[in-house]
Amino acid sequence: MDGFVALYIFMLAAFTGYEVISRVPVILHTPLMSGSNFVHGVVLVGGMIALGQAETPLEQAIGFVAVLLGAANAAGGYVVTERMLAMFKSKEKN
Amino acid sequence: MAIKWLIDASYFVAAVLFILGLKGMSSPVSARKGIIWAGVGMVLATVVTFLTPGMNNFALMVIAIAIGGALAWISGKKVAMTDMPQMVAIYNGMGGGAAAAIAAVEFARGEMHGTVVTLLATLGALIGAVSFSGSVIAWAKLQGVMKKAFRLPAQNAVNVVLALATLGLGAAIVIAPAIDPMLVGAFFILALVLGVIITLPIGGADMPVVISLFNAFTGLAVGFEGFVMGIPALIIAGIVVGAAGTLLTQLMAKAMNRPISNILFVPMAAAGAGEAVEGEQKEVGAMDAAAMMRYASKVIIVPGYGMAVAGAQHKVWEMSELLEEAGVEVVFAIHPVAGRMPGHMNVLLAEAGVPYEKIFDLEEINGDFAQADVALVIGANDVVNPSARTDKSSPIYGMPILNADLAQNVIVVKRGKGTGYSGIENALFYKDNTRLLYGSAQQAIGEVIQHVKAMSV
Repeated sequence: MDGFVALYIFMLAAFTGYEVISRVPVILHTPLMSGSNFVHGVVLVGGMIALGQAETPLEQAIGFVAVLLGAANAAGGYVVTERMLAMFKSKEKN
Repeated sequence: MAIKWLIDASYFVAAVLFILGLKGMSSPVSARKGIIWAGVGMVLATVVTFLTPGMNNFALMVIAIAIGGALAWISGKKVAMTDMPQMVAIYNGMGGGAAAAIAAVEFARGEMHGTVVTLLATLGALIGAVSFSGSVIAWAKLQGVMKKAFRLPAQNAVNVVLALATLGLGAAIVIAPAIDPMLVGAFFILALVLGVIITLPIGGADMPVVISLFNAFTGLAVGFEGFVMGIPALIIAGIVVGAAGTLLTQLMAKAMNRPISNILFVPMAAAGAGEAVEGEQKEVGAMDAAAMMRYASKVIIVPGYGMAVAGAQHKVWEMSELLEEAGVEVVFAIHPVAGRMPGHMNVLLAEAGVPYEKIFDLEEINGDFAQADVALVIGANDVVNPSARTDKSSPIYGMPILNADLAQNVIVVKRGKGTGYSGIENALFYKDNTRLLYGSAQQAIGEVIQHVKAMSV
């Protein structure tokens, strides 16, 4: 990837992250921390590609660990965030 | 070619969904939709990745996803709401570990294209590894597996030397003309040890800030590995989380009046013990406590982590409803760091069925304590310690607190006479208008409920 394009992506993403959270009420900070924890679970995709390109047993072993941990990050992050937010949801119906 | 286009387009859609999802989570109304959108993005990104041309090891991949995903899914479903912070910590640590492992695979393949890519891979590996081992320690502490904050002699010097050594090895990897496996191995070991050493001396009360910091770390590590692998979706998701996590960490540290540098490098006790408190704690029975609240016109409840640990939030809400039926105005006052993470207490109260309108932030409620007949403090301590306003030698001086001491009467539900989690004496407990109701929150509030019921018949 072109160096400066990457740098622009970095800069814009950083501002986006800052803006998105700056309007969040305190009551949602814990779910949001958990939700952002889920979002970086996309590291799973990187792990899959790393494992997909692995050739030696060592590379395969480390790649396997990367996918395992990435999948746990994504799945666990989703479940706990959804559980917390479900409580807020049921509140509104009342 | 068409496959390549499909994959890139899907990654783009996933990145948009992640940002929309996080934005959705900024309001209680759209929060649940937000996490579902982000979830759709994640499934999309994962599924199309299987189509990537030239990949092998699909069986290993499916097995790893099945094991990691299933274990995390089940543990996430089972965990109690009070234990949520350590679950977030451990899932976050796994993400950091995954980022470090990706870098390790790239190092093992020895195909780094240029100094910048190697530098980013190394930085991502360092941050990811520190986040991984540090989060595991954070989990162990919150889970109670590891009881005490553990401090080495000359801790800060050890931290600095270790950090410099790790950075030195990292620099050597970047500068070296070819990847040296020994160097890379030593680098990873040092980075993992660094995460442990940094986290060990940090007290449990500061843990939420540290978890949030590691969350931001993992985001950055994922973003850097995204650069290395040339996947913009990883860069965007990682850096967005890195920035959001950094801001959240600052907000938390500010709410506790503990600069991040203090949390990492200055132990709580060394910051000064504060003035000794004169006087004695005056006890009250459940019946008198019930009468004080039953015949009050306004009661403000200040819940703390002690209430959550005792699982008393349902009882507390039951008591509030009884008091409301008797015509008492009951509201809840939440300190920004009540519980173990900002907003954690709100989640716990929401679980017990307390509506939003009854829950107030520090800024909203602090003016109201003077008009309240009773402030009921349940399992909270430092967040209502008036020394934070008055005693310059107190370690928590300057921390914004809930002014429970300004209420006409204060009832503190407390397990015993000790100083609690942080070990700081609380002047509130010795005030003339303060009464202590000893016992676990669950049992004490249960007795109060019985007495309130008896008075209402």
